[in-house]
Amino acid sequence: MKAFPAIAIASGKGGTGKTTVAIHLAALLAAQGRAVQYLDCDVEEPNGHLFLKPKMERSESVGIPVPVVDAAQCTSCGKCAEVCEFNAIAMLKKPLVFPELCHGCGACALVCPVGAIRETSRAIGVVETGRTGTIGFAQGRLNVGEPMAPPLIRAVKARRNPDAIALFDSPPGTSCPVVATVRDADLVVLVTEPTPFGLHDLALAVDTFRPMGKPMGVVVNRADDDRRVQDYCQAENLPVLAELPDDRRVAETYARGELVFDRLPEWRDRFDALWSRIEECL
Amino acid sequence: MKELVVISGKGGTGKTSLTASLAGLAPNAVLADCDVDAADLHLILAPDIRRREDFRSGHRASIRAADCIGCGRCAALCRYNAIAPAAHPSDGARVFTVEAGACEGCGVCVWNCPVNAIDFEEQVCGAWFVSDTRHGPMAHARLAPGAENSGKLVSLVREQAREIAKRENRDLVLVDGPPGTGCPVIAALTGAHGVLVVTEPTVSGAHDLLRVLALAGHLKIPAAVCINKWDIQPEQADRIEAAARAAGATPVGRVRYDKAATAAQRRGLTIIEADANSLADDIRTVWKQWMDFAKEAP
Amino acid sequence: MKVVITSSNKTLADPIDMHFGRAKFFILADTETGKAVVHDNAQNLHAAQGAGIQSAETVAKLGAEVVITGSVGPKAYKALQAAGIKIALLEAVCPGTEALRRFKDKELPVLDKPNSEGHWV
Repeated sequence: MKAFPAIAIASGKGGTGKTTVAIHLAALLAAQGRAVQYLDCDVEEPNGHLFLKPKMERSESVGIPVPVVDAAQCTSCGKCAEVCEFNAIAMLKKPLVFPELCHGCGACALVCPVGAIRETSRAIGVVETGRTGTIGFAQGRLNVGEPMAPPLIRAVKARRNPDAIALFDSPPGTSCPVVATVRDADLVVLVTEPTPFGLHDLALAVDTFRPMGKPMGVVVNRADDDRRVQDYCQAENLPVLAELPDDRRVAETYARGELVFDRLPEWRDRFDALWSRIEECL
Repeated sequence: MKELVVISGKGGTGKTSLTASLAGLAPNAVLADCDVDAADLHLILAPDIRRREDFRSGHRASIRAADCIGCGRCAALCRYNAIAPAAHPSDGARVFTVEAGACEGCGVCVWNCPVNAIDFEEQVCGAWFVSDTRHGPMAHARLAPGAENSGKLVSLVREQAREIAKRENRDLVLVDGPPGTGCPVIAALTGAHGVLVVTEPTVSGAHDLLRVLALAGHLKIPAAVCINKWDIQPEQADRIEAAARAAGATPVGRVRYDKAATAAQRRGLTIIEADANSLADDIRTVWKQWMDFAKEAP
Repeated sequence: MKVVITSSNKTLADPIDMHFGRAKFFILADTETGKAVVHDNAQNLHAAQGAGIQSAETVAKLGAEVVITGSVGPKAYKALQAAGIKIALLEAVCPGTEALRRFKDKELPVLDKPNSEGHWV
């Protein structure tokens, strides 16, 4: 096992308790005196800060490179528009750039035969870093209405402290921002709930991460007598790392933005056991 | 014809369960499941699929190991760190490979490869469907795992639903929208006539609600708000409604915390069908108040 | 004058397509000679994003001075402006011939701002 592994906490379905698991693992590890960093990669809806209440130290704007065409040098050859896969440049009398469609790949600047294209940064959001006690904290906050989440997620992960256990709080779902989050994790912890929606979306997540060759484990949150998720895990040879019981007091604690084991000490043992299982998987 | 969207900002607030129930209350609606990344509405509405089409979008680079000379130009130019060296499967020589999930399909590597060893195939990124359900016709889709561009698929599903509505003379398209505030949500909201934001009385629910209302405001879509499981934290529910009003949205009712919601889902029924009395009454009230609000909204 | 009509099918007898960016066909018509040439826009119909921009590029390449259509999104509008192409607006679907006649009779207003939301794709 690596001294400082990266663990992604993900879920196909939203609202299954992904952030709850991530922040409690962070708090638990910190209490054990271990170096830990929580990185909120759910940049559309970052919520970890509401519970960890970090003292922010830095806020940095994150942009993606977008082209600017120097009209004086441009010969209107149209190669930049031809090469753009994202239709972000239209060749009319002169090239016309639509920065909001640009993915920042650099193709246009590379292809321009007269060097008339330089790149400038278009802001898509901010990365904020700070601490909660000994827990390192980083989060991305995507500008509302901004479509390009993966570059910001990569920027959050670039703030990773190599000398701490990293916990990546993933966005929900299985599309590209999730893949960008999970990409260099050593283990994916999938949080689900024992409902048809939870099971269905868990299976989608497994189908997404398995071809990436990611080791995975499952946390069944709000567990009750419905065993279909556990049966699925057994059939798919996925370890069930924890079954966290359905407890209305947990929902109420969460609703207030408090840590569960500050109020309900028996929950510390549950997260302790979960961490031991995670270590076994690593 | 009106197009109304249900979204949540934060996931897991009960949006899909609520939408399924509203579908049963709408007499003449077409349904559109635009949560294409984690589509669940079909688990309740059990669609009978009438039409299935591949969803193609964008291209993906792939390097033919047999032709790769291992120069590494592709990896140096790729801004997404999607290309890495590997050993050739037969002779162990250095070749490069593309990590499929990381490739954005920009094509820079393709046309800069000195030996043209990189293919650039159009990608099948999922599938979309037109179906019949017991609560009316439904357009829905499934994005392939790890695919991007769910915004385009969302638009496509909405377009299919609108076409059905026109063809069958139905006056409402009811959309189950995706979570978040990004591309898919914008695609689900743009040009819609109204949005219902389903939230929960938690600090994260409140936080995400305000981000989503900012987006709805930006797109100039009349926003209604419904608090699910409101009685978990009644004071928070009051605060959220006040904040929603301040943000220009209109509260249209509250739904209580009741395990009957999960029980109905396990039986494949909407909450209305499962006959969960008081819970179903809450939802009927939300429906009525939202429709009254949507009627008055411009 | 060369004008482009957004069309749902291949001839001027067919109804127009009200959407500019994802119009199925562009029919390039010469108002003097009455000659019409059809251009298939299917490629743009399936564009991942920026269909309106691509359509503007296409009609610019066709050499059109005016586009007759029903709705133009913000990006397509910006691109048509940059190309110096005017937009003549139809409020309802009609056959291409009818659209052309009304344009010649100066019955169609010129669009001076985008009149549809972008579709995000």
